[in-house]
Amino acid sequence: MRTIPLKLFVVVALAVAIGLATAVSPFASSSPDGLNKVAEDKGFAGAEAPGAYQEDGAPVAGYAFPGVENERLATGLAGFTGTLGLFALGFGLARVLRRGPPSGHPA
Amino acid sequence: MPVALHIPDGFLSIGVALAAWLPAIAVVAYALRVADRQLDDERVPLLGVLAAFVFAVQMLNFPVAGGTSGHLMGAALVAVLLGPWLACLVMVVVLGAQAFLFADGGITALGANIIVMGILGALLAGFVFGWAQRAVRMTRPVFLGLVAAVSWGAVMLGAAATAILLGISGTVPLGTALGAMLGVHALIGIGEAVITVAAVSAVLASRPDLLFFRPTTEAEPVVGRVQEA
Repeated sequence: MRTIPLKLFVVVALAVAIGLATAVSPFASSSPDGLNKVAEDKGFAGAEAPGAYQEDGAPVAGYAFPGVENERLATGLAGFTGTLGLFALGFGLARVLRRGPPSGHPA
Repeated sequence: MPVALHIPDGFLSIGVALAAWLPAIAVVAYALRVADRQLDDERVPLLGVLAAFVFAVQMLNFPVAGGTSGHLMGAALVAVLLGPWLACLVMVVVLGAQAFLFADGGITALGANIIVMGILGALLAGFVFGWAQRAVRMTRPVFLGLVAAVSWGAVMLGAAATAILLGISGTVPLGTALGAMLGVHALIGIGEAVITVAAVSAVLASRPDLLFFRPTTEAEPVVGRVQEA
């Protein structure tokens, strides 16, 4: 069975994710999603009450990169940085967990 | 850009939101404990890639009927690639980042979102793949059919759980919430199933060994096949 090197797989998969989040997400449907649509239809959308942190403190609230006027550009930048950031977070967490104490058996 | 199934703060009563943290914390604590055993050299970068991938696809809302949109949840996809416990951790990392950095999905409601997408989504999906692998001969069509069914099922289960949490909270009558959520997500789930099968097929074609669950490779006749001990 012909396979590709792991590094290539990781790079290609990450590139696809970054490409989608950067270039496609600005053109994604802006219709309300499943839960929000139900909330609107059934009259409880107004119950949404984000705390002070999410109103003012979250750095990329609403997937809009801060300080960028153009909405699509702001979304694309949020997608780009977010996807790279999530890769770093997931990779970093896995590295930390891997290095953790051996689970009950000698190394 | 709101996201399907992400419960914002305010939709749940404080009691429900806090109670949801208990199973969420218990499962995440256990997942962190067993993660070391399941992480090998290849799964370390894979965990990063999948966190990135799930985040990315959750930004891609596609239109479904009646002025509604939906997007991939990714729970079944991650479960096939990483197994139940690591998959659950990936969802938790994504949900945490979305709540704290992108203000998507509530912070008090994060426990509930972990139950919906991390536990009933990724963890249970992983268990179902595991049970199925022991119960039936996993030919390629059976495997891909199962991937589609679990993808759809995970979305429906998440929708039902969200409706139940909303109902218990007194936000909306349970029957109303269930009917509306399941109706919308039956369609969103089809999108989930199609995209997940496509993504899993791409991995099958390039690096099938990276899949935690995969079809048994018995395309050729079983003549002289040695049973591995």
